[in-house]
Amino acid sequence: MSAIPPPSNPILFLSACEIAAGLKLGDFSAREVNEAFLARIQAVDGEVGAFLQIDREDILSAADAADERRRAGEARSAFDGIPVGMKDVIAVKGQPLTCASRMLANFVAPYDATVTTRLRAAGLIPAGRLNMDEFAMGSSTENSALGKTRNPVDLSRAPGGSSGGSAAAVAAHEMPWTLGSDTGGSIRQPAAFCGVVGLKPTYGRVSRYGLVAYASSLDQIGPMGRTVDDVAALLDLLAGPDPKDSTSWPDPPPVFSRDLGEAPTRPWRIGLPKECFGEGLDPDVRAAVDQAIATLTAQGCEIVDVSLPHSELAIPVYYVIATAEASANLARYDGVRYGHRAADVSDAIDLYFKSRGEGFGPEVKRRVLLGAYVLSSGYKDAYYIRAQKVRSLIRKDFTDAFSTVDALLTPTTPTPAFPLGEKTSDPLAMYLADIYTIAANLAGLPAISVPGKPTPAGLPTGLQLLAPHWEEHRLLRIARLLA
Amino acid sequence: MKFEAVIGLEVHVQLKTRSKVFASVGVGFGEEPNTLTDPVIMGLPGVLPVLNHEAVRQAVRAGLILGSEIPEVCKWDRKQYFYPDSPKNYQLTQYDEPVCVGGAVEIELPGPARNIMGEHRWVRLTRAHLEEDVGKLTHAGDYSLVDYNRAGTPLLEIVTEPDLYSSAEAVAFLNALRMLLTEGGVSDCDMEKGQMRCDANISVRPAGSSTLNSRTEIKNLNSITGVRQAIDYEIRRQTGVYAAGGQVVQETRRWDAEGGLTTSMRGKEEAHDYRYFPDPDLLPVRFPTQEVEALRTALPERVFDRQRRYQETLDLPYTLTSVICYDFGLARYFEEALAVYGENPKALANYIANELQRERGAVEGEGLLPLEDVAMRPADLAELVRLIDTGTLTKHAARTVFVEMFQTGEGAAAVADRLGLKAEPQDSGALEAICRDVIAANPVPAAQFREGNAKAINAYVGPIMKATQGKANPREIHEILARLVAASD
Repeated sequence: MSAIPPPSNPILFLSACEIAAGLKLGDFSAREVNEAFLARIQAVDGEVGAFLQIDREDILSAADAADERRRAGEARSAFDGIPVGMKDVIAVKGQPLTCASRMLANFVAPYDATVTTRLRAAGLIPAGRLNMDEFAMGSSTENSALGKTRNPVDLSRAPGGSSGGSAAAVAAHEMPWTLGSDTGGSIRQPAAFCGVVGLKPTYGRVSRYGLVAYASSLDQIGPMGRTVDDVAALLDLLAGPDPKDSTSWPDPPPVFSRDLGEAPTRPWRIGLPKECFGEGLDPDVRAAVDQAIATLTAQGCEIVDVSLPHSELAIPVYYVIATAEASANLARYDGVRYGHRAADVSDAIDLYFKSRGEGFGPEVKRRVLLGAYVLSSGYKDAYYIRAQKVRSLIRKDFTDAFSTVDALLTPTTPTPAFPLGEKTSDPLAMYLADIYTIAANLAGLPAISVPGKPTPAGLPTGLQLLAPHWEEHRLLRIARLLA
Repeated sequence: MKFEAVIGLEVHVQLKTRSKVFASVGVGFGEEPNTLTDPVIMGLPGVLPVLNHEAVRQAVRAGLILGSEIPEVCKWDRKQYFYPDSPKNYQLTQYDEPVCVGGAVEIELPGPARNIMGEHRWVRLTRAHLEEDVGKLTHAGDYSLVDYNRAGTPLLEIVTEPDLYSSAEAVAFLNALRMLLTEGGVSDCDMEKGQMRCDANISVRPAGSSTLNSRTEIKNLNSITGVRQAIDYEIRRQTGVYAAGGQVVQETRRWDAEGGLTTSMRGKEEAHDYRYFPDPDLLPVRFPTQEVEALRTALPERVFDRQRRYQETLDLPYTLTSVICYDFGLARYFEEALAVYGENPKALANYIANELQRERGAVEGEGLLPLEDVAMRPADLAELVRLIDTGTLTKHAARTVFVEMFQTGEGAAAVADRLGLKAEPQDSGALEAICRDVIAANPVPAAQFREGNAKAINAYVGPIMKATQGKANPREIHEILARLVAASD
């Protein structure tokens, strides 16, 4: 097992909240912070491959501007000048927005996503474009058409996906924190594989405007970092209603980073869904969950068994609904207005066939075809309509469970990070990597993955907590007990 | 065997809003290509639609005018097909929960002559749903250009039951629809600007039969002439097929205006599978009942209701109401004049339907001068008619005054004064002398009058007016004439 060497610059060991404190005290400047991270990227990203692109000059001039503001007493927030790595599926004006696809390899975003606008308003520096599975479809980042990302803990293994670059960059200390997106586990699963913290907020908590759509009813942007407090602080900057996203929740969010250490008025009741502890669960991961149970019990939590009877239907339901939405969402990539356009075409139909044939990778094609199929006349009732009905049942399972418990604890993934190449020829085996994470997206629930006890071989494991809608604060408080 | 046609229409009407239906960029016509666009209209990666509620309000207004039911909730679906004028390659539309359900439109069939009212009938509507318009393709040799300015303009698709039986009825329906929707401020329905376009579903069957045969759909008819000719052609074509012992094939056809014929576009087997599903980016719309009722109370009077009212309570003839009512601008002009002077609706209507229209046509430029550019306001016209009725202005002089008012925008009294055309109180002795002379010069009308033809003495009015330079009060002339003629018995 070969891991990348630990960093030598002490700044790189600091959490984002600690960097903020250091900037305030004048321990170091924003330029020094950003130079440290850029040097680290320079040193290790050749092996890790988390970044598709990084604009050094842009970042440093933004850091200087932040230092200038702080000197003038006009810092935009405590985090002014701190870089944040962006998954290459979130629009940052003037930067590439490739979705790790040949289709958009040369596309530059002409506008900012709402989260980008909010980060800028707080003085954060959107830094670099992070690798991912093409159009966020995949669980290992091996579906990227533009680069290969390795797990920094074991370079022979996958970083997970689709936000593999976002997780790897944090684990490799190349970024203090990053943004990912999660449609079926794409933040939590790579967080588990790389040993970092990743949060998928409640559907509607964070604006999707500027997030390139994969499956619109499931997609959420979320924060990834090395500590629960960092993730909470980053969520504070991201969350809130947005008139540009009709599915964003209209109520203003609470301050997630406040009172995270406060003890509950009565002991937390944590449910263990029995369906998540059956066949296929790696004993080392099981052991990590057992230790987490012990940790929680020791801190006064009550652990109870619960059932989510429709869990086993989550994967098939997901691959009907997500692909149906994807087939429409990806129809716009046709070579007419932007993106890859095939040369030498005879007419419009030929332009579509060739541009899409050349621009999309095999997994994207597979899902677009699946989605078109499940919506086709004659099949729609049996697939799409039925899947929506089962989705309601899955949602109800959680409502029932949360009537007796405050949160649910499951493994994030059935196994630790698998070797690169192990599942690339077996899509179904790859789909099972998301078996515990998908239900939260179908139900729209907030869920977090925090690192559990590593395996004896030293591979990270992930512990997943789920809470009722809009209860991210509770989720973060409980997650903190495990940190 | 005699055949009859059965026709249903799908009419696309652009709704009047300032911005597009799912984006904040403005709508317009004739702008530089691709200037009325933004990331949402161009379907860039990552953008999301946001509903313009004014478009829903306009659709509800249209539905109320057309007698539709307004369900409390309507929702959005994606209709998927690839075409370069569609930026997302799906269209946001309403599949199974449209904004308007049912309804009916009163139409007037062509009468036996232009000045005789035709039969009225009701055409039932199936539904009307709101959707986004697409861009416009221009083919140029071996390449095509696409302009997305029109993309995203709110479009109401109004679907009729198969209640029409000829091209004339289809045209009558479109005319009624245009009148109703322009009155309501919902759309300008200008077919030349693509604000109203139509698909026609046509089948033929033996006359008197109630079966429905295979139909064809003719796409994208964008002028009244096109609608008329395409339907007539298609009826002839289908009748010919049956007469020759063949079967009409269900298919989509296109109208070739230059060749004057319809040609096959795609058959039933190649029909699109649109793979509709609910749009996950937009929430269903709840339109509260009290808001529907508020819109209902603010609706304008429907065209044929107004026409009946004018004919029944104002005693206006069809020749006038068919001009004034069928053009909402003229109707509003008339109503405003009537509000100022309600004593003589017929004279007001006459001036509007004849003099006003003639003068608008006489202005240089194409077509009629737009009503909003007419300097003469309804209150001025009311004043002119009042001056005539009170004897201050003769009808003869009023013609000159009208033209001057139209050209300058001055008031009636001011123009009459300036031109010295006001009827002046005459020395009644002098006027009587003139009357005597005129009667003496031509005794025939006087004799006819005494034989019972009351109108005969009108023959004297002209010469008397001439002798007084048009300034005599016509009523006074009549009084004197009647007295003199009767006395000369």
